[in-house]
Amino acid sequence: MADAGAQLSKLLPPRFQAWFEGRGWRPRTHQLEMVDKARAGRDALLIAPTGGGKTLAGFLPSLVELSERGPANAPRGIHTLYISPLKALAVDVERNLGAPILEMGLPITAESRTGDTGLSRRQRQRVKPPEILLTTPEQLALLCAWEGARGLFEGLTCVILDEIHTLHASKRGDLLALDLARLSTFAPSLRRVGLSATVDDPQVIKRWMAGPAGPAAVDLVRGPAGAPPIVDLLLSEGRVPWAGHTAQHAMAEVYEAIKRSRTALVFVNTRFQAEFAFQELWRLNEDALPIALHHGSLAAEQRRKVEAAMSRGALRAVVCTSTLDLGIDWGDVDLVIQLASPKGAARMVQRIGRANHRLDEPSRALFVPANRFEMLECQAAREAIAANHLDGDPPREGALDVLAQHIMGCACSDPFDMLKLYDEVRTAGPYTGLAWEDFEQVVDFVSTGGYALKTYDRFRRIVKTPEGLWKVRNLETAQRHRLNVGAIVSPAMLAVRIAGRRGAVGRKIGEIEEGMLEMLDPGDTFVFAGQVWELVGITNLDVLVRPGGAKDPKMPSWGGSKFALSTYLAKRVRQLMTDQDHWKVLPADVREWLEVQRDRSLIPAEDEMLLETFPRGRRHFMVCYSFEGRLAHTTLAMLLTRRLERVGAAPLGFVCNDYALAVWALNPLDGLDFDDLFNEDMLGDDLEAWLAESFMMKRAFKGCAIIAGLIERRFPGDKQKTGRQITFSTDLIYDVLRRHEPDHLLLRCARADAATGLIDVARLGQMLARIRGRIRHARLDHLSPFSVPILLEIGKERSPGHAGEIILHEAEEDLIAEALS
Amino acid sequence: MNAAYEFTTAPCGSLHLGLAGAEVILRASGALWLQAERALIVADLHLEKGSSYAARGQLLPPYDTRETLARLKAEVDVLSPRIVVLLGDTFHDRRSEDRLADNDVHALRTLAKDRSLIWVVGNHDRDGPRALPGERAEELAIQGLTLRHEPRAGLSPAEAAGHLHPAAKVRSARGAVRRRCFVTDGERIVLPAFGAYTGGLNVRDAAFAGLFARPPLAGALGRGRVHAVGWRSLAAD
Repeated sequence: MADAGAQLSKLLPPRFQAWFEGRGWRPRTHQLEMVDKARAGRDALLIAPTGGGKTLAGFLPSLVELSERGPANAPRGIHTLYISPLKALAVDVERNLGAPILEMGLPITAESRTGDTGLSRRQRQRVKPPEILLTTPEQLALLCAWEGARGLFEGLTCVILDEIHTLHASKRGDLLALDLARLSTFAPSLRRVGLSATVDDPQVIKRWMAGPAGPAAVDLVRGPAGAPPIVDLLLSEGRVPWAGHTAQHAMAEVYEAIKRSRTALVFVNTRFQAEFAFQELWRLNEDALPIALHHGSLAAEQRRKVEAAMSRGALRAVVCTSTLDLGIDWGDVDLVIQLASPKGAARMVQRIGRANHRLDEPSRALFVPANRFEMLECQAAREAIAANHLDGDPPREGALDVLAQHIMGCACSDPFDMLKLYDEVRTAGPYTGLAWEDFEQVVDFVSTGGYALKTYDRFRRIVKTPEGLWKVRNLETAQRHRLNVGAIVSPAMLAVRIAGRRGAVGRKIGEIEEGMLEMLDPGDTFVFAGQVWELVGITNLDVLVRPGGAKDPKMPSWGGSKFALSTYLAKRVRQLMTDQDHWKVLPADVREWLEVQRDRSLIPAEDEMLLETFPRGRRHFMVCYSFEGRLAHTTLAMLLTRRLERVGAAPLGFVCNDYALAVWALNPLDGLDFDDLFNEDMLGDDLEAWLAESFMMKRAFKGCAIIAGLIERRFPGDKQKTGRQITFSTDLIYDVLRRHEPDHLLLRCARADAATGLIDVARLGQMLARIRGRIRHARLDHLSPFSVPILLEIGKERSPGHAGEIILHEAEEDLIAEALS
Repeated sequence: MNAAYEFTTAPCGSLHLGLAGAEVILRASGALWLQAERALIVADLHLEKGSSYAARGQLLPPYDTRETLARLKAEVDVLSPRIVVLLGDTFHDRRSEDRLADNDVHALRTLAKDRSLIWVVGNHDRDGPRALPGERAEELAIQGLTLRHEPRAGLSPAEAAGHLHPAAKVRSARGAVRRRCFVTDGERIVLPAFGAYTGGLNVRDAAFAGLFARPPLAGALGRGRVHAVGWRSLAAD
């Protein structure tokens, strides 16, 4: 039998073989396999490690095909469409693709198109499109909503979905899947190609990316396994702290690690941690190493500057949040430092992959746990990575608000037949199970708002033609829809600007979410963009600040990324905690902490949940260690306090972190029937009653209303992009709709969103089922070693429930006190 | 130094205070109640705001008029007023009356039965009602107070007005809360908007500057209760 590699090599035209040889390369097997799959007309999912020539593998079949195509006398439309989750990545790939095209002298044009692309270029691209177009899901949605969409994409042969694991499990992924279904209608022989370095379950991705022929038509292609990463755990000279998330105790050692490496990426989980670590590192930076900061609140220009400096190799370290999880290749990075909890194994592999883009050399990473539970978590993550066990996102059901936006887009581009569109939509992975009734309801929503009270018939946004097709009502409505395309809803942002003299407004240093300011009053200081600032005041859309000097800053609790501990990693943490033989891999002080816990309280078995009760001060505490992440814990705590109130325990407050939750009450809690208290039936009426009133439903509703097109983010001619000039409050609309039509489509959407994204009901349900009959109660006289971290967080939390009324009441009491004084 | 504000909270959650010598009651619904004259005053109903947006392509739920009138009816049922004053911008636009559903027309007619219904007109509804019962008025004097839609610029004692849709924001370490509110300095008062879809303008906004002789008091609408909040506790947006 002939050598398989030599066989495959024949797939490449001489021009390509010569090009590889000229560079001293040999085409890799997976690259040739991709060409082979393309020739066979198969969809393909390529999983290859960073540095494995993945992008070239994705494009190679198209380049070959285009190079073999004869000349045409008319423009032929787009041949290959490349979709990236990041604008910067699309632009970078455009650049990288230029080299082979130029060096082989191929007659191919490849151009990027993002939100930053100039208007004239974008207009020209619609009239005279390039053969290869590199763009983002949002731009694709926009192109699909133009009248000329069919003509533009009729000749499409291949669509490449890069970093596919970050695209699929979100509303963004829903919208993209729908647009892909559209493209397959325009170009029935279209092939789909997915690229990723970190896929946990290829089946899930295949199902999402599959075309009308289904997941069976998607072939899996695997690149060579890269060298396994070397992940070290930083064992600080200092003891591992009991609580906290800043890893301040280890900062000197982190600095030393940066000094020893060429370029380091220092990942943290929140913007607050980023600011803090950046400050601490500069405090220690005697060698004045160029260390920069990168997170989502910084002004875009500033982020671009840091990225450019990184590309030039001018930096030794960047402290960053998930904003740099993905992105263009920086060859020089040789160390990835994860400060504080990794949260999930797949995210860690992604981050570690940012170091070293050579296949045969291992990437190096250093985990720096900030507290004792995090020490367990870091160790569990190391073991998961070593075993190559990742925690991917589960498949999701497509959201109906996204479908509404898509249907409106279809009506803007081409009149549609309802039945045909229904069939098309069901070829999109997330919508294969879509019921006709739901589809009908969404179309009705798009047309009239979908209200039981039928008063808006004359205001229809889409109307039926005499041929029975649906089309947009008029050009203006289409234009307004196109301004509001996209499935990303960002919170209202305020610009942070330096206050000038006499009320003048100076340079913009970044943007922060409105909610983050709530803890600050004028005169307060906070750290932002690596400096201490004093809040001067807030005007309409600007936060005015001035340099805050050397004062100790009062930091607001900074939002940013709010990843929860993944289910898979949580399970590994529980295993590590319960397996005493395993403890020897842990540092001495952490081991000792576990041993004291075992002796004073108990260590539960792997399938059990430990619940401790003890008195402290004049309060009675209940702490349960359920390891289900902060979101699920917060929901659980809300529901538990309702129940505790009903049984007369008089709960006073609660606090949650990723590992545990603590509730305290006036009355003793140790006599309760815990199996009853944690009964799954709390997810029924209790949840409904709590959720309907909660601010989370209102927040979810607003997001759905914007995506579904009930509320417009932008009007024609509207320059400002913040969400603040919506002239009515979505909360008021929510209240009215809930009272008069509780089953309305958008309320269903909001409920589904809140249950998954904001309160993690599914995870809570699984946990309650898992611990049924397996709650191990430890009745203690005083607190346990495990409970210390969570109790130390008390006071940093906001109070839940009817806080609004309480705040108003206190303001009134202040006024009365003032009057009486 | 100004004297402190005097107010009392009734068991029903209303706030009682003196306004230019008259006693007025601030209801948790956002209505003003003049007990002596049995006059109920509500401002800025903005009826048919939903359909007004729908006509321009944003299909807001069509239940706002029904909801607003139900709230008004609830107040009328409890208080049995002799006079109901609609303090302007009762309709969201000039064609709102034509778009009213039959049920809502009926509700308004029932409301006007056995009592006077007075439509003080505002900038959104200069013409007053066409077919609906009630009298149109530019201004109205009652219990020593002048009722008009838009507050006069500068100081204007003994006035009750709407138009500005005041809202109060109170911030604390545990978060911020923003509610519709009355705002008064004891000489004049601005009512919150009563309509189901009418939001609010922060009382710290420049539009309120110069209206009050001293730092005013906000009566923030809470759950079944009006909370008196001092100027110092109020935050800008």
